[in-house]
Amino acid sequence: MHVIESGNVAAATGVKLARVQVIAAYPITPQTPLTEKLSEFVESDELSAEYIPVESEHSAMAVCIASSTTGARSFTATSANGLLYMNEQLHWAAGARLPIVMCVANRGVGAPWTVWNDHQDTVSQRDLGWIQLYCSDHQQIHDTVLKAFKLAETVSIPVMVCYDGYLLSHTYMPFDVPEQAQVDAFLPPFKPTHFLNPEEPRNFNTVTLPDVRPDLHGNTAPGYMEIRKTLHSDLRAALTEIEKIDGEFGEAFGRGGDPFVEPYRCEDADYVAFCMGSLSYQLRDVVDAMREEGTKIGVIGLKVYRPFPDAAVRDALTAHKGVIVFEKALSYGNQGALYADVKSALYSAETRPFVHNYIVGLGGREIKTHHLYDALTESIKNEAAIGDEPQWVGLKL
Amino acid sequence: MRQDIIEIRWHGRGGQGAITAAKIVANAAFKSGYNGVVMAPTFGTERRGAPVYTSLKIAREKIYDLSPIATPDMVVVLDHTLLEEVDVTHGLKEGGQIILNTPKSIDSYDFGAHRLSVADVTAYALEAGLAPGIVNTGVIGAFAKATGLVSRELLREAIRHEFSAMKPEENARAAALTYDRTVIGGA
Amino acid sequence: MSKEEFCSMISVSEPGPGDGGNTGSWRVVRPVIDLEKCIPAKTGKPSCFNCWLYCPDAVVTKTLPPTIDYTYCKGCGICAEECPAGAITMVDEASFTKEEK
Ligand code: SF4
Ligand code: SF4
Repeated sequence: MHVIESGNVAAATGVKLARVQVIAAYPITPQTPLTEKLSEFVESDELSAEYIPVESEHSAMAVCIASSTTGARSFTATSANGLLYMNEQLHWAAGARLPIVMCVANRGVGAPWTVWNDHQDTVSQRDLGWIQLYCSDHQQIHDTVLKAFKLAETVSIPVMVCYDGYLLSHTYMPFDVPEQAQVDAFLPPFKPTHFLNPEEPRNFNTVTLPDVRPDLHGNTAPGYMEIRKTLHSDLRAALTEIEKIDGEFGEAFGRGGDPFVEPYRCEDADYVAFCMGSLSYQLRDVVDAMREEGTKIGVIGLKVYRPFPDAAVRDALTAHKGVIVFEKALSYGNQGALYADVKSALYSAETRPFVHNYIVGLGGREIKTHHLYDALTESIKNEAAIGDEPQWVGLKL
Repeated sequence: MRQDIIEIRWHGRGGQGAITAAKIVANAAFKSGYNGVVMAPTFGTERRGAPVYTSLKIAREKIYDLSPIATPDMVVVLDHTLLEEVDVTHGLKEGGQIILNTPKSIDSYDFGAHRLSVADVTAYALEAGLAPGIVNTGVIGAFAKATGLVSRELLREAIRHEFSAMKPEENARAAALTYDRTVIGGA
Repeated sequence: MSKEEFCSMISVSEPGPGDGGNTGSWRVVRPVIDLEKCIPAKTGKPSCFNCWLYCPDAVVTKTLPPTIDYTYCKGCGICAEECPAGAITMVDEASFTKEEK
């Protein structure tokens, strides 16, 4: 059934259909309407879950860690400084291998204070050991939430579903909401591989020593480094699962099909714009306009940022003359984080396109379509001159 | 860039229900075959009573650009007192439409080349049995009549759906009364 | 990969003496129970056992008299702190001969 609702409601609807069991959240703009909606669902018995109001984001994640450890499907959501306040617990959730799902309505990070959209919050959290998925519209938000639970519970790694604050969280557009029975068939109840069970007492996440050590039975128990290496290799292996789950989702709901990168008019393109989130859709209009003028250009939206699908990115980009990476975040003092990742993925390619970096829309600075047009035109024209420095779009300096 | 998108800007005051009004029209438009529907409220803080606006874009094909409307084809004004505070015609295209809730007659306004339609939505809503100041359902009756973008029937359906728990009949009647009494001016 | 193959590795242990590794090697002071003062030892009745209850490494037995497994006792002194009879003294490890250790 199609409904016209906000992106936050699209997320909440997905969470409800996923039959989540524990929700713990603290309000922060622009995420708040999502968890408000969930509390309504719980209050009206449309969703049978524990809703635990907490006094901070740090506690929200701590509650999810606890509830997930008992084997309950757990969810939270946040934005910007709230996400960063969770930081220590986020590392914990990943290392403890808890399949928590969290929505992040992307917002710039203070100081200076801003409530508007960019990607600095989640991009700065790329090294947590969480999976990070990015959405371009409301349907993707809704679908990605469903896929995220399945993915998290398959690979025992927490998943962040990221979508642009305001631009997606607060805009309204139509999206399809599947039947509960369809979702139940796709997403079976959570069966944890390990959980707190009074019948079989265990200590979880006890201190590890620099080296491996014998356990109670004299067997070798892994040390910190072994456990961390496994997290990394499982994240890499999760790429295969992402693809598989995307396929299963497609069979069940008839949507999806581009698990890692979503290309638009790229087949014969000389140049490709590359970015994450709703910007990749906005760029489609620019691509259409430039195509009409004769420029062979396309755009690719990246849907999975961690684990970084470097092979898919390389395959998608290597055949073009130039790649223009637009991002709403920066690794301050260096360059765009995504830009660096793209370049590193291309390093082993036989032919390498030029790669440029454009920083856009920080703190909600409106991204005008003609700004994008100008940036792309400039990038193509001044290929050699632009170099490695990030270029700033819409800056009033 | 795209020429096929109809852009409608809704001017109201915080709490007046401009978002709901736009959402109802969005639903009705979607049902009548506009697959591209995007509604974007003012991003950021909203204060009850302060002027706010909501962007609604509709097109036959999916819409990808979520940025606010700069050059609307139509503006809907939920409250004529807003005219003193906001330039509702800002960016309005040549020959663009203005739909205005006002108790005054159409002759008391001059919007140059723009086409004005007026209705005393506040009065008709009261007459329909709504509480004083509930104008958002009435004003979309005026919108439907003036623009012809959505039919009276689809609108009725969309209103009853949106207000299923809150005076659906009265809200639908407010829209119907306004629809029938909207005065449409020339350019 | 199967669900079981993922997450083959976290830090998890069964509760029991030694689940934190060879913690006996950490000890610089050793808890010694004075059986003259220990309530269950003195009365011959199973009572008190605060030391058993509070020991974070589960190395004290709930027996008559209570005993301590020095392979894993880390010497934290919680038992001595919690003993209502003042029966446990923390004694410098250096004062024990090699054999006693
Ligand atoms: S706490 Fe003290 S008195 Fe109680 S059982 Fe232990 S040693 Fe004995
Ligand atoms: S000092 Fe006492 S409490 Fe601490 S580990 Fe040894 S027996 Fe247990």
